[in-house]
Amino acid sequence: MTNLVDIPKVNAKNMTEKEFFYGHKACAGCGGSVAVRLALKVLGERTYTALPAGCMSAVGFIYPQMAFNTNAIITTFPGAASMASGIAAGAKALGQKDVKTVVFAGDGGTADIGFQALSGMIDRNDDVLYICYDNEAYMNTGIQKSGLTPYGTKTTTTPAGKNIPGTVTHKKNLFEIIAAHDIAYAATASIGYPQDFLNKVNKAKHTKGATFIHVYASCPTGWGTPTETSIEIAKDAVDCGLIFLAEFEDGEYKLNRNPKEFASVKDYLKKQGRFKHMTDEDIQCVIENRDRKWARMRKQWL
Amino acid sequence: MKTNKIFISGDEAVAQGVRLSRPHVIAAYPITPQTITVERLSEMVEAGEMDGEYMHVESEHSAISATMGASAVGARTFTASSSQGLLYMAEGLHYCSGGRWPVVMMNANRSVALPWSIYGDQRDSLSLLDCGWIQVYVEDAQEALDMIIQAYKIAEHKDVLTPMMVNLDGFILTHTYELVEIPEQKMVDEFLPPFQTPNKMSFEEPKNLGFSSKPDDNTEFKYQQNEAMFKAVDVIREVDQEFAEKFGRKYHDMVEEYRCEDADVVLVALGSVCGTVRVVVDKMRAAGKKVGLLKIRYMRPFPEAEVKDLAQRVQAIGVIDKDISFGYEGTVYTNVNSAISKIDKYVFKSNFVGGLGGRDITKAEIEDMFNHLLDGIEKKSEEKVEFFSLNVETND
Amino acid sequence: MNRPKHTEFTFPTHIDDYPTGPQYKAGYLPETNAGWRTFRPVVDHDACVYCLRCYLLCPDGTIIKDSGQIKIDMDYCKGCGVCAHECPKDAIEMVKEQL
Repeated sequence: MTNLVDIPKVNAKNMTEKEFFYGHKACAGCGGSVAVRLALKVLGERTYTALPAGCMSAVGFIYPQMAFNTNAIITTFPGAASMASGIAAGAKALGQKDVKTVVFAGDGGTADIGFQALSGMIDRNDDVLYICYDNEAYMNTGIQKSGLTPYGTKTTTTPAGKNIPGTVTHKKNLFEIIAAHDIAYAATASIGYPQDFLNKVNKAKHTKGATFIHVYASCPTGWGTPTETSIEIAKDAVDCGLIFLAEFEDGEYKLNRNPKEFASVKDYLKKQGRFKHMTDEDIQCVIENRDRKWARMRKQWL
Repeated sequence: MKTNKIFISGDEAVAQGVRLSRPHVIAAYPITPQTITVERLSEMVEAGEMDGEYMHVESEHSAISATMGASAVGARTFTASSSQGLLYMAEGLHYCSGGRWPVVMMNANRSVALPWSIYGDQRDSLSLLDCGWIQVYVEDAQEALDMIIQAYKIAEHKDVLTPMMVNLDGFILTHTYELVEIPEQKMVDEFLPPFQTPNKMSFEEPKNLGFSSKPDDNTEFKYQQNEAMFKAVDVIREVDQEFAEKFGRKYHDMVEEYRCEDADVVLVALGSVCGTVRVVVDKMRAAGKKVGLLKIRYMRPFPEAEVKDLAQRVQAIGVIDKDISFGYEGTVYTNVNSAISKIDKYVFKSNFVGGLGGRDITKAEIEDMFNHLLDGIEKKSEEKVEFFSLNVETND
Repeated sequence: MNRPKHTEFTFPTHIDDYPTGPQYKAGYLPETNAGWRTFRPVVDHDACVYCLRCYLLCPDGTIIKDSGQIKIDMDYCKGCGVCAHECPKDAIEMVKEQL
């Protein structure tokens, strides 16, 4: 297996000067574009990038403005993983060496409509790094609920009112569902911890076969947060324990960050328009769910 | 010419055609009656008779997505499907033709649920006539093999760059064994050049593919796609001619006329039923009836010129449809009728719908159709579609 | 070229001027994003310690390493303010754009 110690670390000082995602039309302060931009800087020039319908494809390729300064393609919405598999298979059959294929898909494109193809890609162990940038709803179409929208979130299809308090389900356990395929490498990350994300992309880059990174990426437009706080809020999510940083490698889970105490969940939620309506009771439900999850992770992963 | 004939099914003939065309990537999901093709291809890959990558995709949607991805880096690709699977691909079929990726596909024509039926009719592919693929319908296993090879040459032509679907009737062709001539690899290599396209990602010339277009440009991209389909008509002729010179088998381009020279009435059909119609034509000709067959090979691009030309020469045209566009008429008939309406001459026309869900179309039924057309020459065209093989009385 | 630059685009006048299908040169930018901006980042180079946190976190990649100093590509900066907010030395100020 890949030993991170052997891989030269990529950081702000030594990363390539080249920008591969530039001049795009993402909203100001878009967290997804931070994830795409940084990952591509780690992956470098010999990369095929595949993106299903979603924010990052919608803002990147509007003829004649081509914001991917590298090979990139928009895929069908459910077929990002399979098109990427096809790219990797084509490149292999044509004898191309030192090539990486990467997918950037949103939470809906990954956990909902694209899941079947993703499962097939991992099952075949195709040489593709699949990165899910999770902004917790269908943002491109106007903030509708996805399978990764957390409890309590107000979206345009889960409006919060007198009868229903917004989204009533918790996020799918995407990371563990992926790991259950016995994938070579999977990780969770947040753009609020950028160096950790860079390290994980770098590790996946040097791992042959199917790899997966679930990166938490803020959306000021959909979350109702100021554009300048996109990194901060993604860090807060980790610090309050609603998002965890972990890896799955060699069949083992690893919790990268295991704080003694969590920051306030309420403070994190109340900074965002999408959670403003939540009652103390709703917030308690979120906290209890977080604690159940952490108790299990600590028991099984440490 | 040295011959190498073997006794194989239509599905196996397709697999042989694919092997000889040397695709880089095959991605397919099993569905009856296409399965024998993908099983044989898997065996060929296992035996080292093929160099390509065989991808075990988890669905037809992924089959078409994967072949598009491979084509988008310049790889030659193949997929195969049928019926429900083809419909599950529908999004990808439009995507593929819009992306101008010359994927070649075999479709084993099969009925569409509900009710479930694994048997043959042509409702699957005909319901997807507008998805921008070249569609050819073959009559026997030899034609199936030969058309796979031709398909790559047509689809990958620089003026075409459009995906192509080779249709063969489920079970009647896919599972029936025939003696099939297997061309020599060397000759196929000479006939079929390596795939080259400007429409790909490469590290020498990085590109962004599959982009969005604003209303300012979208119509132009669609015009271009339509233009490519029309250019395909010339390419189909050139390729068929070159194929005939190389391999000694000619398929008469867009359509094949059988005994139409002095015909009064003609039946139009696609695929395997043409074989039965030929037999009936011979029988009726022997009895002095001037009947003929127009075998439509290509439904897209549509052989409008050929249909118009035939309509100028005959008194009545009947169309056999193994499909129905509910609430109107058979899809083949709609297309044929549209071409006929463009000539300044009255022709008696009838639409015969049948053979659905695998029901046989008998010689007696075809003879009835011809007689109906012969009787109709002096009449006005009928307004209603005729379901010719219902086993029960109806309310009409 | 590290960053694609704003490039003039000649709109097609003939159908053959269009690419064959939806494919075009990677990193081709006929438009700038400068018009999106209501606030503009202004760097105090004396306060800046060149830690590159802004460079790392800019969603648009518009911060340029320029021989020990940071520079901003104002053609593509959208004025989101992430750089100023994340700067550990408060060396970047967001200033309202004047028309």
